[in-house]
Amino acid sequence: MSAVFSRRAVLVVRLAVLALLGLCVATVLLAVWRARAYEQLGEPITQPIPFSHKHHVGDDGIDCRYCHTTVETAAHAGLPSTAVCLGCHSQLFRDQPLLALLHRSQASGQPIAWQRVHVLPEFVYFNHGVHVAKGVACVECHGRVDQMPLAWRARPLQMQWCLDCHRDPAAHLRPTSQEFSMDAPLPPPDQAGLLARAAHLESRRRMTDCSTCHR
Amino acid sequence: MTLAAHRPASAMHPHPHAPDDPQVIHIDRAAGVNRRQVLAAMAASAALANTACSPPPRLQAHPYVDLPEAGGGNLPLYYASAFVRDGFAHGVLVGTQEGRPVKIEGNPSHPSSLGATDVYAQASVLQLWDPDRSTVVRQRLERGGDTRPGQTHAPAAIASSSWSAFEAAWRERAGALSDPHGGATLRVLTGPMTSPTERALLAALLARGPRTRWHVHAPLKDVAADDGSWMAFGRVVSQVRHVDRARCVLALAADPFSDGPGAVRHAMDWSNARTALREGDAGARAPALFAAEATPGLFGARADHRVALSPARIEGLLWRVAAHWMPEITPADVGLADPAVAAFEQRLVAALRAAGPDALVIGGAGLSAEAHALVLALNQRLGAIGRTVTLIEPPDAAPGAGTLADLVDALNAGAVDTLLVLGANPAYDAPSAFDMPRALRRAKLLVHAGLHVDETALLAHWHLPLSHAYEQWGDARAHDGSATLLQPAISPLYDTRSTAELLALLAGDPLRDGHALVQRQWRAGRSGDFDAFWRASLRAGTVADSASPPLEVHAARLPPRLALQADPATTMLTALFVPDPAAHDGSFANNGWLQELPRPFTKLTWDNAALLSPATARRLGVATGDVVRLQVDTRSLEAPAWVLAQQADDVVTLPLGCGRRHAGRVGNGVGFDAGALRAGTALSASASLQKTGRHHAFAVTEHDIGQHGRELLRTVAAGGRLPPEKPRDALYPPFASPEHAWAMVIDLDACIGCNACTIACQAENNIPVVGKSQVALGRAMHWIRVDRHDLEDDGASGFQPVPCMHCEQAPCELVCPVGATVHDSEGLNVQVYNRCVGTRFCSNNCPYKVRRFNFLQYSDETTETLKAQRNPEVTVRQRGVMEKCSYCVQRVARARQHAQRTGEPLVDGDVVTACQSACPTRAIRFGDLGDAGSDVVNARASARHYAMLAELGTRPRTTYLARIRPADPA
Amino acid sequence: MADVPVSRETGVLRAGWGYASVTDKIAGLVLTRPVRWPWLAAFAATFAGTLVYLGAMTYLFIKGVGLWGIRIPVAWGYAIADFVWWIGIGHAGTFISAILLLLRQRWRTSINRFAEAMTLFAAGMAGLFPILHLGRPWFAYWLAPYPDRMNLWPQWRSPLVWDVFAISTYLIVSALFWYQGLLPDLATLRDRATGRGKRIAYGLLALGWRGEARHWARHETAYLLLAGLATPLVVSVHSVVAMDFAIGNTPGYHSTIFPPYFVAGALFSGFAMVLTLAIPLRKAFQLEDFITELHLDHAAKVLLATGWLVAYGYLVENFMAFFSGDRYEIAMTVDRWTGFYAPVTWGLMLCNVALPQVLWWRAARRSPWLLFALSIVVNVGMWMERFLIVVQSTSHDFMPSAWGRFVPTRWDWIFLFGSISMFAWLFLLFIRLLPAISISEMRELVKEESE
Repeated sequence: MSAVFSRRAVLVVRLAVLALLGLCVATVLLAVWRARAYEQLGEPITQPIPFSHKHHVGDDGIDCRYCHTTVETAAHAGLPSTAVCLGCHSQLFRDQPLLALLHRSQASGQPIAWQRVHVLPEFVYFNHGVHVAKGVACVECHGRVDQMPLAWRARPLQMQWCLDCHRDPAAHLRPTSQEFSMDAPLPPPDQAGLLARAAHLESRRRMTDCSTCHR
Repeated sequence: MTLAAHRPASAMHPHPHAPDDPQVIHIDRAAGVNRRQVLAAMAASAALANTACSPPPRLQAHPYVDLPEAGGGNLPLYYASAFVRDGFAHGVLVGTQEGRPVKIEGNPSHPSSLGATDVYAQASVLQLWDPDRSTVVRQRLERGGDTRPGQTHAPAAIASSSWSAFEAAWRERAGALSDPHGGATLRVLTGPMTSPTERALLAALLARGPRTRWHVHAPLKDVAADDGSWMAFGRVVSQVRHVDRARCVLALAADPFSDGPGAVRHAMDWSNARTALREGDAGARAPALFAAEATPGLFGARADHRVALSPARIEGLLWRVAAHWMPEITPADVGLADPAVAAFEQRLVAALRAAGPDALVIGGAGLSAEAHALVLALNQRLGAIGRTVTLIEPPDAAPGAGTLADLVDALNAGAVDTLLVLGANPAYDAPSAFDMPRALRRAKLLVHAGLHVDETALLAHWHLPLSHAYEQWGDARAHDGSATLLQPAISPLYDTRSTAELLALLAGDPLRDGHALVQRQWRAGRSGDFDAFWRASLRAGTVADSASPPLEVHAARLPPRLALQADPATTMLTALFVPDPAAHDGSFANNGWLQELPRPFTKLTWDNAALLSPATARRLGVATGDVVRLQVDTRSLEAPAWVLAQQADDVVTLPLGCGRRHAGRVGNGVGFDAGALRAGTALSASASLQKTGRHHAFAVTEHDIGQHGRELLRTVAAGGRLPPEKPRDALYPPFASPEHAWAMVIDLDACIGCNACTIACQAENNIPVVGKSQVALGRAMHWIRVDRHDLEDDGASGFQPVPCMHCEQAPCELVCPVGATVHDSEGLNVQVYNRCVGTRFCSNNCPYKVRRFNFLQYSDETTETLKAQRNPEVTVRQRGVMEKCSYCVQRVARARQHAQRTGEPLVDGDVVTACQSACPTRAIRFGDLGDAGSDVVNARASARHYAMLAELGTRPRTTYLARIRPADPA
Repeated sequence: MADVPVSRETGVLRAGWGYASVTDKIAGLVLTRPVRWPWLAAFAATFAGTLVYLGAMTYLFIKGVGLWGIRIPVAWGYAIADFVWWIGIGHAGTFISAILLLLRQRWRTSINRFAEAMTLFAAGMAGLFPILHLGRPWFAYWLAPYPDRMNLWPQWRSPLVWDVFAISTYLIVSALFWYQGLLPDLATLRDRATGRGKRIAYGLLALGWRGEARHWARHETAYLLLAGLATPLVVSVHSVVAMDFAIGNTPGYHSTIFPPYFVAGALFSGFAMVLTLAIPLRKAFQLEDFITELHLDHAAKVLLATGWLVAYGYLVENFMAFFSGDRYEIAMTVDRWTGFYAPVTWGLMLCNVALPQVLWWRAARRSPWLLFALSIVVNVGMWMERFLIVVQSTSHDFMPSAWGRFVPTRWDWIFLFGSISMFAWLFLLFIRLLPAISISEMRELVKEESE
């Protein structure tokens, strides 16, 4: 009796099987790639008012804390209130159409709805105050904000990224005097140890405890 | 990627009324819902790996428009204020997060609190955010036709209106009042009122016309007590008890640890008085508690000597005891001895004699006026008055005010044009004999003001929404008369007015703003720097030395001895009407935390029950759960029975406050309305009982009272020592916490089983309410449960709070496949919700069964106001994750972060857990084992210290101090 | 012709069967036998049950495991009992095909194929339950070790993680073993099938088997190898499952006897299920010549033996409770005898210990319908045993104040019977689409029996 499959058919079948295996691999790779893509590194995010950190920080040299008032004391760095913006813009560029929204907010009392750039999951309890107190500079996590016309995410903000630092913080510390400067280089390794000791860091075990960030 | 539980703060819209819109991150709710659906779908779909990585929803941030003073941070702000219950002020600190009141703490400088709270104060924050609160002025369009008794009107007949509309209507009405020759009659009905401001404004209102009158209605007030003090002294007095000064306290049908505005203070004083005894000094001077009670109370459970008697027999006991100090009492008055209690009586008399002026006798609801008079007289003869008990002018005294009965007569006589009901709900809680709904309909104009659209509101022509205590400026007096200023912790959520503001409107006062009204009241006749006084009083939460001065009284007249009636005929029972431990008089019926709070003795939730003693139940052939028909004269009622060992024979206890018809989504139809049996304001009656043959299913949290010989709740003789824990050799190395080692010690000698810890924990940790059916399925979510055990010696009950033990060798951690429950370096057994997949092996492996599982989506994700109540520092758990006591890890973290930020080291007392801060007897201690001087280290060194189920080698961090047995067991 | 072997009358095969007739008979079941109403009815019923099961799963994923009667303290209920029960049933197949093969037991030949199929389906049913019972099943993959961006790994001390490996290994190996055994028969079907569709389908599955000597040689080697691989699994899988309990500290879980006792119980229930399936099968397809009284007799003997092992397990468990002097163990044991779940205790004693004793009688061992009834009884008994261990232990552990009773909801029953109908449905498909008895091995048997 004749075979069910011709030689060609057999070849096709084999290729099909191979293709199937290939597809599985591809799916995994795709998943990983998409996960990476969602870190949104370096993607400027459009805001209701095209606020430029590059101009305010880079050109005008305004200190971070002028607007982010609670960064040293509280968990949230604190977004500037409308009043803070108007502190200057009641005088400067007050008739700029770009700033109309600002004046409207002032008049109506309705807050401006900014798009969030740095978002942590709700079950992560991050505290700016402690990080600043220990010498983690703004630039360490937020990148060169002074070069961002529109703010973007500079670091992945993934758990493993947090852990990298929590496991070995010394390498990421700066002297408190330079914490808010954008271009201060990391101190050489020998000083890193000193900084770590000066900051009275908690033990590595403590800093990698689940309860340090999760409740 | 793991879109697990979310913090409520991020789910909340800034409320238009909030004074300082918190900086909230607003998540689009639709996204939230989709997320859950996606998750569900994902679980089913094969393409899980791929869909799991869809991007997080685009979030927005809403900054302040103007940053408020003290805004911005994420630390809680506390406002000293007071929670007003039954007219009396309970001093509290209202903890606000991001501008929202989320947690109540006691006020250490308030005489009724001393830093602790009862369950009601804890639950009051949920009352503030109750989604069923009345939000708008309502006017009834047409007069409801149906006037049959018991009928209430469909809300359909009521339309929402406005304050201006009401004010207009009122102005034309008020004109008629002032008509000198017989203008319109105005009656005002309020609850007990201690607020100086409100009373002044009320007086002004009443002064507007010749035919005005004030009536006071307190459904739970023990009228007999007032009559008794009339008999004794010819005036109404209020007794302020000083349990700490007493060497012997006798409670007759009374529960000083839970009844009345001074309850928390009584418990605290008692506990403090035992300090020396607890530290091992067997001879230490501690008040000996004697309880003769008809129905079990917290005081009786903790008493050194206790007997359960019907009120009649308790009075017999009182007369016999009093005779020892009052020769004028004739043997005829004394009556026959009661052999059943001879031993108790003997010991009691001896103790009273030994105590002399340091004795304290307390009479409670259910006693006759004569008995109350005799109690006062006895206290006086003992020399206790002025020492262990101070007599003061009742802070809520309402001279000249009529009773509810007077009002009903006036109404039925058609003599009332206008009736104002302020903060009362007579349509529900008036004795049924008054047939209140019918009487109320006789008023030509009925205006009701309250927190809820309740039974009375539905009968009223106008309903006016009142502000919650935490939304208003006001004042009120404490149990000892000292005044407290109420300050708002948030501006009114809805268009509401405080009682003072409303009274100002009614009285046509030029001032309308609560703040101004209260200030005017206190500025009046006050010399010196008012602003300094004002600031100091607000900061302290109480007005300095404003306590009522003690009254001078003449020698008490002895009351006549009532005809000695033997026990009621065996078929008749004494029905006792008591406040429900959760719903109180019904005003808390719509509070889910309280409804789900296990009642101290029955561990019953979402119900009230007719309590019977085993002997009586046997005689009547009734078992727990049987529905019985109770009959008082012509009135009858069906209620499920509960057989309780501590109950007195021939007494049936009927908790009031349940069976509400219009309480709200939570409280409607929970339990039965015992008020239906009441003939008048008396709190006891003679009732008959028959079985109906039907059965009722209860939702109970503890099924097995008793220890089965397992030493879970240990007791020790005074000055005694527990056998030392023999060291066990373990395979695993001992757990080391280099930095801090958190631990908790619970003193069972102090615990009175009041449940304050349970509900404080619920408020602090966003613990969901699951409802009756789920509780019945064994799924109550309380992180700290209070177990009750019958103690071997006498009928006393022991209470044992059981939170997570935070075992150093935790069995739960061993079996979790994903490491969702692990130890942190400070010895906390942490539950990582966002890692938990819900195998529930940890719960099976927990010997203490303290883990709670979200079998369904329990936490309400849709009701905005409930979201606003939640603590933003604590994750709201999603369905399918395990949870349990975390030692208030958020409070530990707050303290640690502060220490890390400022460099100041943590000291003992920096971390106070929610249960610890609420506890009225300071039974719970929490601290760092690494700190040699800390409170817990000392406690662990006590001779009474033990670890529960230590033989399992779990090495718990939560340990206990054994309860001290009475000197000579009864 | 003299050189064509024809079987003589022996216990394991009746007389008069030759290569061709055996092949015709078995292949015919799949290829030529018309579909009759009993099969159709059964198929329809079980298919409906399967749909209900799948629907219930969907609802479960949407609402959560609160649908079941589980509670605190009894956090595990039917789902885990069903899981253990199915895993147990999934043991006999591999035992028969692997261990008996290595032991050169001829009588295995005619029952190993469908026994393996049974194993596969049972293990599949079992594998579902651990996922269904999760609070958040969509995160089930967290139990697998893979490098994630949270730098987290499974918690290796947890027996649940061991389970994942034990069960997946068992599933894979028994699937391979079964499929490999099928290859020659698939080729036979391919060659005998008439319709083109069938030929292509069987052809694809046969992976180009042409029955060359080389194929046979490799087949033999691989088959023996896999048998060797599968043998330890028979022991390991249920031992690991037993650890799920034995590792726990709960009285009634925490017992060193569990692994061997569970394995014995597994074979017990497994052989019971083999009989439950074999007896109707041989009747419906007139296979009495292949599955003879001798087979039933042997299976019954295994049943009797493993039954005694299980009984010994009960004995030791109860004795140890008192011998240990541990007050919690004792209280738990007494509660088993006298408490809320006592009916279950005595019920399982009756089903697993008392009734199987009829197998001492040869007549009983060789009467199909009695065996069938008994096999059902044993299956029920073994399920009750799992239920008792899972539920009663946790309902009555250390703290009386936390004791509580599990009462099943209707969803618990839906999931139990849903899994049973899905299992039956798969089996019904199997016997119509694949040879329920190994053709190639039967032909060897013919040869052996002819000499």
